[in-house]
Amino acid sequence: MSTTENSTGHGPEGSETTNGFENPGMPYHRPRRADVDPKADKKAERQVAALFGVSIVGTVIAVGSYMALDMTDEIDSIRFVNMAIGLGIFLAMMGIGLGAIHWAKTLMRDHEMVEERHALRSSDESREGAIQNLKDGAEDSGLGGVKRRPVLVGSMLTALLAAPLAILWPQIGNMGADWNTSNFGHTMWRKGMKLTRDPDGTPIKASDVTIGSAFHVIPEGLNELEHHKIEEKAKAVVLLLRLDPRDLNLQPGREDWSFDGIIAFSKICTHVGCPVALYEQQTHHLLCPCHQSTFDVANGAKVVFGPAKRPLPQLPITVDDEGYIIAQSDFHEPIGPSYWTRLKDTSDGLHADETEGSSH
Amino acid sequence: MGARVNTAAAGTANWVDERTSIGGFVKFFARKLFPDHWSFMLGEIALYSFIVLLLSGVFLTAFFVPSMTIVTYDGPLATMQGVEMSEAFASTLHMSFEVPGGLLMRQIHHWSALLFTAAIVTHMARVFFTGAFRKPRELNWLVGFTLMILSLAAGFSGYSLPDDVLSGNGLRIIEGVTRSIPIVGEYISYWIFGGEFPGEILIPRLFTMHILLVPGLILVLIALHLFLVFLHKHTQYPGGGRKHTNVVGLPLFPVYTAKAGGFFFVVFGIVALVAAVFTINPVWNYGPYDPSPVSAGTQPDWYILFVDGALRLMPGWLFDVIPMEWEIWGYTLSWNLLIPALILPGLFFGFLALYPWIEAWATGDRGEKHVLDRPRNAPVRTGIGVALITFYVVLVMEGSNDIIANLFHLSLNDLTYFFRIGIFVLPVLAFWITRRICFGLQRKDRELVLHGKETGRIVRHEHGEYVEVHEPLTDQERWLLVSYDDIAPLEIEDEYNDRGVRRKGYRWDRFKKWLSHLYFEKRISPVTPEELEAAKHEHH
Repeated sequence: MSTTENSTGHGPEGSETTNGFENPGMPYHRPRRADVDPKADKKAERQVAALFGVSIVGTVIAVGSYMALDMTDEIDSIRFVNMAIGLGIFLAMMGIGLGAIHWAKTLMRDHEMVEERHALRSSDESREGAIQNLKDGAEDSGLGGVKRRPVLVGSMLTALLAAPLAILWPQIGNMGADWNTSNFGHTMWRKGMKLTRDPDGTPIKASDVTIGSAFHVIPEGLNELEHHKIEEKAKAVVLLLRLDPRDLNLQPGREDWSFDGIIAFSKICTHVGCPVALYEQQTHHLLCPCHQSTFDVANGAKVVFGPAKRPLPQLPITVDDEGYIIAQSDFHEPIGPSYWTRLKDTSDGLHADETEGSSH
Repeated sequence: MGARVNTAAAGTANWVDERTSIGGFVKFFARKLFPDHWSFMLGEIALYSFIVLLLSGVFLTAFFVPSMTIVTYDGPLATMQGVEMSEAFASTLHMSFEVPGGLLMRQIHHWSALLFTAAIVTHMARVFFTGAFRKPRELNWLVGFTLMILSLAAGFSGYSLPDDVLSGNGLRIIEGVTRSIPIVGEYISYWIFGGEFPGEILIPRLFTMHILLVPGLILVLIALHLFLVFLHKHTQYPGGGRKHTNVVGLPLFPVYTAKAGGFFFVVFGIVALVAAVFTINPVWNYGPYDPSPVSAGTQPDWYILFVDGALRLMPGWLFDVIPMEWEIWGYTLSWNLLIPALILPGLFFGFLALYPWIEAWATGDRGEKHVLDRPRNAPVRTGIGVALITFYVVLVMEGSNDIIANLFHLSLNDLTYFFRIGIFVLPVLAFWITRRICFGLQRKDRELVLHGKETGRIVRHEHGEYVEVHEPLTDQERWLLVSYDDIAPLEIEDEYNDRGVRRKGYRWDRFKKWLSHLYFEKRISPVTPEELEAAKHEHH
């Protein structure tokens, strides 16, 4: 043995002394009032019975409330019925519980008793017997011993390891739909698609967007989608803001992505994907309420505080002949949180005209 | 009458026993002893709230429709008239507002879920601080640890079922975190959601997980947990007559049956009272899931707060210059998600799971430990425990930083900066202070043993000196203060033997020695009989 056995101050197993002091044994048992006073005994018995009585009353209240009280469309009546049943259940349960505990504490014998423990280790004979049995089994089967059959053992283990695949492969294979994770890389925004209000889908004119205002935006036609409406919405939601053009620092290569101080950013946080819903007009900051990533709209929505690392993706917009705000293209990079192959779905972002829709 | 009942009972017992030999079983269990202490009820609360969860959960499955098919609401709730929502959300509204007692059952279910996780965590803390995880209970510690993780899974999967705005955003966070896993993250996300978030299959999948897989596993592990409690017999606090080799307590039947059985009804009753009076998770105010809106000041259930706090705490840019999301060889590695949501909880829980072994290496003790430690008598363990709690609480507070900022009119950003430093400093400080307090309490115990209790009685000696009379401790009182394990730091054999050959396993031993010195280098030993004798002479 490499380490020296440690002394814990305890004597040999079961010894009566520790650290030189002798275990004084069980403390003196103090009788309770009900043990010595027959009156107290009777009183405790009445209390326990009363508590069980409370429980019966509670059951009557719960069932009675359910049967007698009507629930209307009024929230208050709904609350009242639930509360009455709940209070009934409370009494029904509490009465039994407190009754039983009071019975145990006042009337049941409370002399502590002692039981010896036995070491958990099996006896040497048992251990030897176990080993012998396993040996015999191994010998009988050829798993071990003299007539060991390594070919059988090897092929069996290989088969056992491989067999789960027969079940798991098709099951897991079906659970991820088409596994086309490049869907992360694009949204339903297309060139010329109108920016419309969330949730009613009415288009927005540039003249509607006053300085300092913010619009929650969905793409034109989202509400009419037959399939994957929520999935598309989860990627395509946009915040449309108008700043005083003098406050807005246009990012290099994106000079024509905004219109007279009107600028659009993805609403999905680049941290873990919550909607970045809080706009502070004075500082031009967008705050994500989930983890408080803060983006500076005046400077390309770059991160000024919090756990996000990347700016919110910008949606290139312009205005059509009728004055409605429209998209120039899809986003030029995946929206939302990062993932391993994110850069593969990112275009260089400088040539807005060349990238249309999902043709990244 | 009485005799007839007795005959009938005997007949039944005979019938059952001849088919099951249950007699031996009953003989063994009926008078099994259980030590008594309030802190042993924490685990019971966990068990009982789980039973309440099963009972109320069965009721909820009778009304809940686990479907993401979109329907238009047409029910009594005026604010939701004509709103599009999933069938899951619609059925949640239906059971809340059109089924008498349905809302109550939902609230009983949610409140007992909160109680379940809270009771598990406090029970675990009790086991930790009293050293109940020591041999032979290391395996049961792992079973309990797994139950704790499963309770989080049960809670989160259930929280997500109503498909409301709050839980939907929670799921979106899960999706974001899953995606950040290198190489396979995108595919795991597709696997979970059956395609892109949120998809149309998640609620049915979560439902199966919530009502079958997770509770099934919990039931099996509870059975194993309790089986091991019976096998090991319960631990006991130190006191007169109690030893590592015995168990002192009251019999299962009738005292424990009455107390523990009664306590189930008390737990159920209190949950019912709270659920009847206090609204929880009013999903009808939040509305159905929609990827666009979210409101400030919204929080997950308490047991998830620490992960949310870690996500808030982690900066995207370290000192505003070092990015925490790396782009290497064309791939993206998001440390700002991996560290707080996966690595940190992994290390925290990993340390917790392995703790019994870490401490066993430090003590080098191989005996069975059935008498619990008073936390003061294990100062380093207690310090580590308080440090872990502090670490956890910092994360929970960061997870509620917006609420704290609002409540105390503080700057949200300052709070986060404070916690970013605090997460490193406060646990160390907590460890150090706790260890000091433990040493202080141990010294006080020594004082008590050596000099007895102050009586407040002042006596004037003949030569004019005033002294306060001290009353010596009783045998029982003294025993409690002197009977703890006094563990000396490990000493190990030299690296080289007499012939200058380096021995195997030296490095491992050196690590254990280092660990042991960390634990026991500085310690307060209990009073010895000699010291006590000397102190007596000093007084007389």
